[in-house]
Amino acid sequence: MADVTTNATNAPARPGRFKEFWRYFRENKGAVIGLYVFVTFVVLAALAGLIAPHDPLVQNRAATLMPPFWQDGGSWSYPLGTDPLGRDMLSRLLNGARYSFFVGVMVVLIASTGGILIGLISGFAPKWLDTIIMRIMDIILSFPSLLLALVLVAILGPSLLNAMIAISIAYQPHYVRLTRAAVMSERSKDYVISARVVGAKLPRLMFITVLPNCLAPIIVQAALSFSNAILDVAALGFLGMGAQPPTPEWGTMLAEAREFILRAWWVVTFPGLAILITVLAINLMGDGLRDALDPKLKRS
Amino acid sequence: MGGAVRLHGPAFRVTGKSNRRGDDPPRMTRGPMLRYFLSKLLTFVPTFLGVTLVSFAFIRVLPGDPIIVMAGERGVSPERYAELVAQFGFDRPIYVQFWDYFTGVLQGDLGQSFVTKRPVWDEFFSLFPATLELSTVAITIAVLLGIPAGVIAATQRGKLFDRLLMSSALIGYSMPIFWWALLLIIVFSGNLGWTPVSGRIDLMFYFPNTTGFMLIDSLLSGQKGAFASAVSHLVLPSIVLATIPLAVIARQTRSAMLEVLSEDYIRTARAKGLAPIRVNGLHALRNALIPVITVIGLMVGTLLAGAILTETIFSWPGIGKWMVDSIFRRDYPVVQGGLLLVAVMVMVVNLIVDLLYGFINPKIRKR
Repeated sequence: MADVTTNATNAPARPGRFKEFWRYFRENKGAVIGLYVFVTFVVLAALAGLIAPHDPLVQNRAATLMPPFWQDGGSWSYPLGTDPLGRDMLSRLLNGARYSFFVGVMVVLIASTGGILIGLISGFAPKWLDTIIMRIMDIILSFPSLLLALVLVAILGPSLLNAMIAISIAYQPHYVRLTRAAVMSERSKDYVISARVVGAKLPRLMFITVLPNCLAPIIVQAALSFSNAILDVAALGFLGMGAQPPTPEWGTMLAEAREFILRAWWVVTFPGLAILITVLAINLMGDGLRDALDPKLKRS
Repeated sequence: MGGAVRLHGPAFRVTGKSNRRGDDPPRMTRGPMLRYFLSKLLTFVPTFLGVTLVSFAFIRVLPGDPIIVMAGERGVSPERYAELVAQFGFDRPIYVQFWDYFTGVLQGDLGQSFVTKRPVWDEFFSLFPATLELSTVAITIAVLLGIPAGVIAATQRGKLFDRLLMSSALIGYSMPIFWWALLLIIVFSGNLGWTPVSGRIDLMFYFPNTTGFMLIDSLLSGQKGAFASAVSHLVLPSIVLATIPLAVIARQTRSAMLEVLSEDYIRTARAKGLAPIRVNGLHALRNALIPVITVIGLMVGTLLAGAILTETIFSWPGIGKWMVDSIFRRDYPVVQGGLLLVAVMVMVVNLIVDLLYGFINPKIRKR
């Protein structure tokens, strides 16, 4: 019974939904540019093993701190120059993209899965449980995320995996709050009540009836935390608490390059530029997503 | 909302009471402002307890014996070990330890540093003015530039200035500030030689630490060039720390202004023939500022996180650098105490923002 009703109401809307979304998304030129840049970077990262001219870890003592090809002393065999240990910058940057995207995807997955689940429970739970959950989230939110991540990494030991776990924990409360707020406003709407009257059980109500209608703000938040995760992991790497050398992670590369900033601008400039462009592309997409998904802001 | 619907079952508690948020009292009868204050204060207590518990748990969940871990390569003699066990109270039941810790915290006793042997509380408050000075200057820059930028962008919507401004705001918002700091050092300290790279003031100046704020102390000292030196040390770190707040404030001001500008009373004000500057400045901005002020208040966490990076790069002797150094030195009592104090600070500021918000905007109280 319940199946029939929900299917009947949902089915006709489905095919048009993505098209409508794309129509609004496309209007935001910045978002489309962001999407192209993002896709390009993802492809480059995926193909890093094939297109990188050198092994990112191989050191060439004969060619340390070589400038990029357009400067005196640069050569085409190291297009973006080499770092203090004679490793190819371009190859390291390409491989570093893998770490950043991996971290972004994992943090968003862990934080959003956990956060949505807890948020749904909180939204449907009796008041006492809801209050307990929200107080716990308040506690986590009282710690600045970078500080919390630093301290958690200090406990767990510095590594990329631990940095990811720490950042996911720090980001979780945002998803909990968003989901809970959305559930609260959806819960008393007619379609939820009718689903309940028809006999839908709690899990069905949570995941099939209510959740799809709460997704818009969560998707926007996902884009935001994707870019923030890349920034925070790079910051942890920069502080020596994230990925450890010789991993070609962008933040770690910056930390290693710090003492050479006044002698070799390229070892500092390129990794940071890579972070900035990636994060900027994702944030541009995030703005476009918000415009396309948030009906309140539509056409404003 | 939902007052008329009453359904049965545990999952559905759409009851007669108008809301079920734990934070607000169900009905406002008398003194809504006072009630709002009290209910906000009441939620502060469990959060404070929880934050204390988290920082208490910190040393105890470390893998391995915390004393051995802290001693690191230095090692520790059996006598010193026994002394430390007694000092940290590890020989007593865990709930006694927590009670001791909690009552200590309430009296300002956060233990002492493993490395310097000084009380954590004293260390924190001797370094805090440096962070406060840096953050204050940064947030001042962000507000003074961000709000006008947002207002102008909103009134010039879609024009070149708006686009330029919003693009730069998005870049600022996406900026890895540790890299931004390095770039500024390359250009302004390396190439141009305008600003120093680290510290708060040149070593040649020495004067008593009256207020802890270098800008004020250097003026009070009356020494020639001291103030200029303090300013030149402060410029780059505060620009770096201001970057993200500036971008956020500009974006927030713009969107709040756009929302307000479409309201009926703005059209009325325009129709009355008020000067555009009066409409935008007085009628619109005043209402648009409410969400902006909230965002500024909630920025304290961003500032503290930014301070960790900024202070580390510029060797700025504040609490951010202190925390990072302590983590590397495995000075866990300091990390524990610092974590707690930072969290309490964020909580207090958020509480003040909440209360102010209720004060400015009566709708919040009544909801």
